[in-house]
This record gives sequence, C-alpha cells and structure tokens, in this order.
Amino acid sequence: MLDVDIEKRLGDFFLSARFKTSNGVTAVFGPSGAGKTTLVNIISGLIAPDRGRIAIDQTVLFDSEKRINLPPHRRRIGYVFQEGRLFPHLSVKRNLDYGRRMCGLPPDGAQMQRIISLLDIGNLVDRRPGKLSGGERQRIAIGRALLMRPRLLLLDEPLASLDVARKREILPYLERLRDEVGVPMVYVSHQAAELRRIASSVVRLSAGEVAAVGGTELLDAADADAIL
Amino acid sequence: MLDLSPDEWIAIRLSLRIAVVATVVALPFGIATAWLLARKSFWGKTLLDGLVHLPLVLPPVVTGYLLLISFGRRGPIGAFLADQLGIVLSFRWTGAALACGIMGFPLMVRPIRLAIEAIDARLEDAAATLGANQIWTFLTVTLPLALPGLIAGIVLCFAKALGEFGATITFVANIPGETQTISAAIYTFTQVPNGDAAAARLVLVAIVISLAALVAAEWLARRAGMRFHGE
Repeated sequence: MLDVDIEKRLGDFFLSARFKTSNGVTAVFGPSGAGKTTLVNIISGLIAPDRGRIAIDQTVLFDSEKRINLPPHRRRIGYVFQEGRLFPHLSVKRNLDYGRRMCGLPPDGAQMQRIISLLDIGNLVDRRPGKLSGGERQRIAIGRALLMRPRLLLLDEPLASLDVARKREILPYLERLRDEVGVPMVYVSHQAAELRRIASSVVRLSAGEVAAVGGTELLDAADADAIL
Repeated sequence: MLDLSPDEWIAIRLSLRIAVVATVVALPFGIATAWLLARKSFWGKTLLDGLVHLPLVLPPVVTGYLLLISFGRRGPIGAFLADQLGIVLSFRWTGAALACGIMGFPLMVRPIRLAIEAIDARLEDAAATLGANQIWTFLTVTLPLALPGLIAGIVLCFAKALGEFGATITFVANIPGETQTISAAIYTFTQVPNGDAAAARLVLVAIVISLAALVAAEWLARRAGMRFHGE
C-alpha cells in the first residue's frame, strides 16, 4: 500500500520517516510537535520532502532520485483537515461535489447518496458551511474527500477541534467508513483512546523519527488521554 | 430635466465609453498583478509594486507626458503599434482609455490584492488536494472569495477613469467628439464666456454617474458578502 521513506528539514526540526502500511487504518501517533502534520502534508504533496520516495502500490508520487514530484492535485489523495476547510462560498452540496468535478469524474448519484447516508448529512446539503456545527462540518469534509474517489484518505486530527460530545458523535461514522468504504486511511492523532477504536496498525512518531511500527498494542505503552 | 446639448451628450457618451473600456481592459491585468503581489514571492516584486503605484503619486501631467513620448506616433511603442499593427493611440479616444486605465490601475490592484491576501491560503491547499490545479483553484476558490475586493477595485478604477483629466489631456489633448471627456468639456466651458450653465450641467451629470457607481458597488459587495454568511 503506502510506502514512505522521506527526510525533511524545517528550520531546527528534522523529520525522517520510513514505513509501509497495509490496507485498513494506519494510525500516525505521537505527541504534539512529533511531526505528524508535516508527515501527512508531505504525503499529500503540499510540502515537498528534501529527499526520499513516496509510493502508493505501483504509483510513485515522489522520488527525489528520479526527480518525480506529482503535484497535490494529481495525487488523488483525500485529505480531511483538522479545521475542515470547507469552501465558505459554496453550498454543502457543491462542497461535496467539488473533488469529483475537479478530478473530472462523471456524476455518480448513487455514490453521492451512499456517502450522504453513510455520514447522515442528507438534511445539510442545501446549507452553507458557515451555518454548520463543528461536527457537521467535519462530516461534510470527510464526505467531500471520499467523493473524489481517493486512493488514500488522510485524516489529520479530525476530532481535535471538537468537544467530547462531538467526538462521540463522529467516531461511529469513522468506524463505518473503515468497515464499509474500504479506502485505506492514514489517521493522525495524539489520542490513544480514539485510535484504539479505529486503527488497525500504528506508526509511532517521536521528535521527527519513527519510534515504532506495529499493531494497536503500541498505543497501550503510551500515556493515553482517557477522554473517550 | 437637464437640457443637455448634443455636444454635451457626446462628451458624456465618450466619457462612459472610455471609462468602461479602460476598466474592462485593465481588469485581467489588475487581477493577475494583484494575485502575483498577494501570493507569490519573486525577484523584483518590490519594483513591480512600486511601478503599479507610480501613477498614484506622479503628477498626472507627468504620466500623460510619459505616455506621449512612448505611445505617440514617433514614440518607440507608438511607432511600432502604428507601423506593425495599424493602431494609433495618440489623440484618439483609445489613447484616452489607455491613459485612464493606467491612472486607475493602482486603485484597481490594491483592493483586489488586499482581498486575496485576506483569503485563508489553506483553502487553496484544500482545493489542490481535491484535484484542482492552480488555475482552477484560482477560478473556483480565490476569485469568488475575493469578489467584494474585486467589485471595489472595478468601481474605483471606473470612477478614476471617468474623472481622469491631467494625463488624458496631456496625452490625447481635448478634441470634441474624439477625446473630449466630461472633465475636459467642463474645463473648456470654464474657459469661455457664458460657459457656466453648461459646466454646471456636466458637473451634475458627473456627480450622478459617480454616485450611481458607488451605490451599485455597495449593493453588489453586500450581496457578495451575504453569500458567505447567509443560507
């Protein structure tokens, strides 16, 4: 699946990450400042690494030796940001449809309906993002990323900006996503409890380096914030 | 109502035509310049910024004179345009449009640039991850979100073009029916005996057009703003 081997210097910070993922949900776990967001930005193409190689199956996204660097818009990697980043000038429906249109995919009403019912957002489609709650916004952002039919879905702390009640509201949707949609996911979080419910494998980052790669037992070693 | 003479009507129509053409032609350049200044860093950016603002701080006569020596029939650019493309700007209404467009350009670029700078660039990143290349990102995210600034820039440029006097009269003179705009006509009427009534009529027309443009801009900007917050 995803094969990452990269290095990136950002000021004093040095990120060096090397790991492979299988299908399912890969947790990228670690404390704040470990380089989690930088890592997913590099996978998405928003930041170029200094050196290395990134590939999904046979498709090479970045290779410094072969001078390959696909721009983000050609990577087909869905990205759910911490703050949603919905387009404020477009209705929810047009937000959802944005990736499909930009990727030049034909309209697919059945897929749209499936995602809408999976995320329970049918009653929101005619609204504007400005009028939505944080939890609703994140569900739309997940739907928007899924509807571009991505090779891989990146979720960067998708629950971090939500309160406990909202987190409880979203987590079941993420579990359904994992079980029903079958898109491989890379899920970034510093909360072990959240990841325990959803992840199948874990990459633990610490101070810009991969400290361990393994199963969810890696989460137990860490000091879990017992919020959920 | 106002009893405008045919000559006055000609000056009004000419002014409107010059201002519209100047604004429309300046717009793509204005948007491109604003985007470059807001989103890109490159060698000579400060110089470009200075050049754009130059017509704002130079005496208009100087701008007009610079246009005359470069775009006049014997000027380097003017001679090329006339010989190669058959385009003559000096002492033509098209030259007036050029002068007005250049004078209005800094007023157009500034609000558009500020509007683009105010847009969260992370939305543009989000568009890129969703498959939009730079051009589509600009057209579907940046430009619509900058719409209020865009409207302000268009109106300011139009208003400047409508009232421009110094650079225009220096570059294309004051020829009735060809380059005599409302401003130039008012100036002419103040120089002749019994011109007061005619000058007053044109002054009133200038006020009405300018006010109408401001009101229209305010209305459009409010509608554009509502789209982001309302249902």
